[in-house]
Amino acid sequence: MAQALDEIKIGGLGSSRKRVEDDRFLRGKGNYTDDFKLTGMLHMEILRSPVAHARIKSVDTTKAWQIPGVHMVLTGEMAAQHNLAWMPTLSYDTQAVLATDKVRFQGQEIACVVADDPYIAKDGCEAIEVEYEPLPAIVNPEQALASDAPLIRDDKVGQNDNVCYRWEVGDREGTERAFAQADKISTLRLHYPRSHPSPIECCGSIADYNPATTKLTVYMTTQAPHIIRSAVALVAELPEHMIRIISPDIGGGFGNKVPVYPGYVASILCSILLGRPVKWIEDKTGNLTSTGFARDMYIEGQLALRNDGKILATRFHADTDNGAFFSDAQPSKFKIGLFHSAFGCYDIPYGYQTAQGTYTNKAPGGVAYRCSFRITEAMFFQERMIRAAAFDLGMDQAEFRRMNLVKDDDFPHRTPFGFLLDSGQYEKCLDVALDAIGYQDFLREKEEARSRGRRLGIGISTMSEPLGAGNSREYDIIGIKMFDAAELRVHPSGKAILKIGAKTQGQGHETTFAQIVTHELGIPAPDIVVEHGDTDNTPYGMGTYASRSTPTAGAATAMVSRKIRAKARKLAAHLLEVSEEDVEWELGRFYVRGAHDRGVTIQDCAMAAYSNMPDGLEPGLENNAYYDPPNLTWPFAAYIVTVEVDPETGVWDVLRMVAVDDCGVRINPMIVEGQIMGGMTEAYAMANMQFITFDADGNCVGSNYMDYLLPTAWETPGFELHEVTTASPHHPIGAKGVGECAAVGGPAAFVNAVMDAIDDTGVRNIDMPLLPDRVWEAITYKRDVSGAPPVKTD
Amino acid sequence: MYPSRFRYEAPRSLSEALDLLKLYGEDAKILAGGQSLTPMIKLRFTSFEVLIDINNIPGLDYHRADSDGTLHFGALCRHSDLEHSELLHRQQPTMAAAAPLIADPIVRNRGTLVGSLCHADPQGDWASVMLALNGEIIAASAEGERVIPVSELVVGPFQNALRQGEIAVEARVPAPKGTVSGDYLKLERRVGDFATVGVAVALESSGSTVSRAGIALTGVGPQNIKATAAEQALVGNSLNSGTIDQAARLAAEAAQPKTDHRGSAEYKRHVVQTFVSRALANRQPARAA
Ligand SMILES: Cc1cc2nc3c(=O)[nH]c(=O)nc-3n(C[C@H](O)[C@H](O)[C@H](O)COP(=O)(O)OP(=O)(O)OC[C@H]3O[C@@H](n4cnc5c(N)ncnc54)[C@H](O)[C@@H]3O)c2cc1C
Repeated sequence: MAQALDEIKIGGLGSSRKRVEDDRFLRGKGNYTDDFKLTGMLHMEILRSPVAHARIKSVDTTKAWQIPGVHMVLTGEMAAQHNLAWMPTLSYDTQAVLATDKVRFQGQEIACVVADDPYIAKDGCEAIEVEYEPLPAIVNPEQALASDAPLIRDDKVGQNDNVCYRWEVGDREGTERAFAQADKISTLRLHYPRSHPSPIECCGSIADYNPATTKLTVYMTTQAPHIIRSAVALVAELPEHMIRIISPDIGGGFGNKVPVYPGYVASILCSILLGRPVKWIEDKTGNLTSTGFARDMYIEGQLALRNDGKILATRFHADTDNGAFFSDAQPSKFKIGLFHSAFGCYDIPYGYQTAQGTYTNKAPGGVAYRCSFRITEAMFFQERMIRAAAFDLGMDQAEFRRMNLVKDDDFPHRTPFGFLLDSGQYEKCLDVALDAIGYQDFLREKEEARSRGRRLGIGISTMSEPLGAGNSREYDIIGIKMFDAAELRVHPSGKAILKIGAKTQGQGHETTFAQIVTHELGIPAPDIVVEHGDTDNTPYGMGTYASRSTPTAGAATAMVSRKIRAKARKLAAHLLEVSEEDVEWELGRFYVRGAHDRGVTIQDCAMAAYSNMPDGLEPGLENNAYYDPPNLTWPFAAYIVTVEVDPETGVWDVLRMVAVDDCGVRINPMIVEGQIMGGMTEAYAMANMQFITFDADGNCVGSNYMDYLLPTAWETPGFELHEVTTASPHHPIGAKGVGECAAVGGPAAFVNAVMDAIDDTGVRNIDMPLLPDRVWEAITYKRDVSGAPPVKTD
Repeated sequence: MYPSRFRYEAPRSLSEALDLLKLYGEDAKILAGGQSLTPMIKLRFTSFEVLIDINNIPGLDYHRADSDGTLHFGALCRHSDLEHSELLHRQQPTMAAAAPLIADPIVRNRGTLVGSLCHADPQGDWASVMLALNGEIIAASAEGERVIPVSELVVGPFQNALRQGEIAVEARVPAPKGTVSGDYLKLERRVGDFATVGVAVALESSGSTVSRAGIALTGVGPQNIKATAAEQALVGNSLNSGTIDQAARLAAEAAQPKTDHRGSAEYKRHVVQTFVSRALANRQPARAA
């Protein structure tokens, strides 16, 4: 009898096989952008503005040019001669590559020096003399909207104020009616602070323009190499076939490596002008002060409530602080991304949302830091608001959620903002989480501790977020639709290479995407290599962010595998000398219907594709698939945190943290758990310590790792993970996105826990991060604590 | 890291180092653990002509006790040596409590106690510990040696009283009289962070009476602050909630905190008070003399 393959053993769906990437990463054998050394390569450093807002009176580069070893000092004026002093942004605004008229944030790029080595290039930067005429700095939307505020974007024709967009969505009238009928209206206002994805590897590029072939090769730290190639072709007006973008190993992205940055553009221009490879590697301060930040949103909203706990409607407004240029890296047709996914997991009939963006003298580039386009802010506000409403009603926060969550038989569920939730078992997830934490016991423990002067608290966060951009109807980047692709080549020996348009930055694509092929074809995962990141060698794709790789490129991988299987079936029929209709499939093998022992393996078919194909059948066994997802995927999560707050110092410690994630079918459970733990760590970071603020002069507080705090293993709490599985009904293998859930849903659980620990103070909100001094102030003065910049200083 | 150009010297003996220091004068800078200096040259906050790396000088990595209890710390004694020191755990609870709270394990492997004192960062932890313990340093030059109390070594933020041509070769803690106890408490935002507030407490007592009290504060002034009035309030008294409260209040009054992104001045002052009273109440005894 032919033995059936054990899918787990060969590394298929559900196998926690070890990450194939880790071997090279752990042994220092990875190849990051900075590891490449090309013959004749020069080094570029960027001179950045020390001030936040100033008119540039002069840029004198004379002394820099005189330093031996300096090859080029590129200024905005020079870039302008090539039409590259400015570049378009992903949000249809413009951004300065090198400042010509004004500097608009501290850290803005002013000039570049290209030299034999980076030391000389830095010396060159120091030798440039810039004369500034200082202007008042604006560091929050309120200042930006003041009637006497200086105009930040005086470069834009017709721009008379500091507003960069206005946006509304939902049913305004229906919502007003529902509010009029409410028994109670609950209100909350908060600031989601500016944060930075801060990958350990900073951004960088090596532009290599070959004047003989006129081909431009760029090694760069990008999460989306294909879209960069198209962007370079359009912006720099170079022919697209003569551009090759190589994104080698990436040391973390988290959204930071989606946009196009001035450094990339300048290195390309310098390479073209000099005819030599030019390497630019950003330093940590450059990364933290100039590249895509995240969040920085002021949200105020309300819930219309019935006394029995039913939510009738929601309305909320967001003011976003977009920095000096509106360069939010988001591909949806909605100005504020998917912010209106807030409250999606609750069955609320009416909703209305407005938003306004403002220019400020802060770094541009609102990126989706481990989330899909403003979802983090949406879910945070949602869960803080839900807790506030339960509190206002005097209802148990778990029961309030249970009452309003979308029910299992309600899917697909249309939200008042138009999203279609695909599937879920929300109440079950909540129950698993409550059970795991021992909810009732903890409530008793809390009361008992309170009577002895100790402050314990419990916080819950339940949410479903839309992951996996696109579909092509609502999502595009510079007009290119949000599909993704996979190409699969099976070699004669049955080994295979899978090429995808997505690009891993630590998510483990090289491991999991092979597992999808294994699931579809029965080729053992170790026999499949995954290639990605090189535009000359992989099919077009929109890159990796927004937890979209499995929903899109993963789906394409399943689909291309099925195409291969269809062709292999023809080959199997030929080998088995039966007609195709009489061939049955089981994992890794075709056999003759009714004669299970008479079969051929997928490897036999692969060999036949090159050595023994039937007449009329094209040789070879390879194909590709482009996948346009019909909908986003909607994972669900229930997170519960317990804390103890020290009222004398405001310091709080996490006692326990329970995470229940339903992300559909798990391809590699170990990698999924790693993603959840990583996301949870970032959630804890945002709740506890990690933010970038500014002083009144626009100086960035958080420009290095002494001030921009990332939690270490020491303070990161342990996480207890649980799972529930509801397959996505529209994804070929039932998977949903997961990489971001914990970072998106986690912060509210921590904050709600601290709020619960001080629930006798009447305090409604403390802005993140919940630094000890803020918590102490809230407890001591029984007042809300705002974290909005400017930071107070003596 | 791309600092400005400098010349690098790696002397193999103290006398060679002192000669080089004399030769290059004010153009020279000493490198010990490099955990404060390297970040500054990396950010190009400082530059100099010559770097004199003292790490190759043998015999400076010691820490030891005399029979009377005087403690000696060589210029290359690292934070991690002190963190794992049996001697400190036995004899010097304030130092034993402070060592693991300095920076993170990687920084502790390189950074030195003496370098930290020379660096005179108002957020440095060792200077408070040394102020509380009446510590001093030995400065050597081609001309000879002199003793500088830590209270006189630190003259301002990032400014020390060393003269041109001098190397701090040793830090010292005088022998205690009576029973030793103490603690170091630090509010940090995460491991590896400098202190938002740090409090060093070092007591000597006979019976229940405090014979000497050292209290010093980190991060709440332009330099580490010795809370003299709070110390005085304890000497000659026994510790009880009244004397502890009073000392804590006086220490809070001695603090000169500033409002910044780590918290308001009021908050920091409150934490000083809380920490002084907690440190006095929960201080650790020396295990043996
Ligand atoms: C990430 C990080 C976190 C940190 N956190 C803390 C913390 O929490 N608490 C804390 O107290 N410190 C902290 N530090 C600083 C650390 O403790 C340093 O080790 C210490 O301040 C300086 O000691 P060093 O031996 O490294 O001196 P170096 O960096 O080598 O030198 C510092 C200065 O002192 C001078 N100097 C050094 N040795 C001598 C000598 N023997 N004679 C004369 N001059 C000398 C140098 O010329 C230089 O000006 C941190 C550092 C880092 C990088």
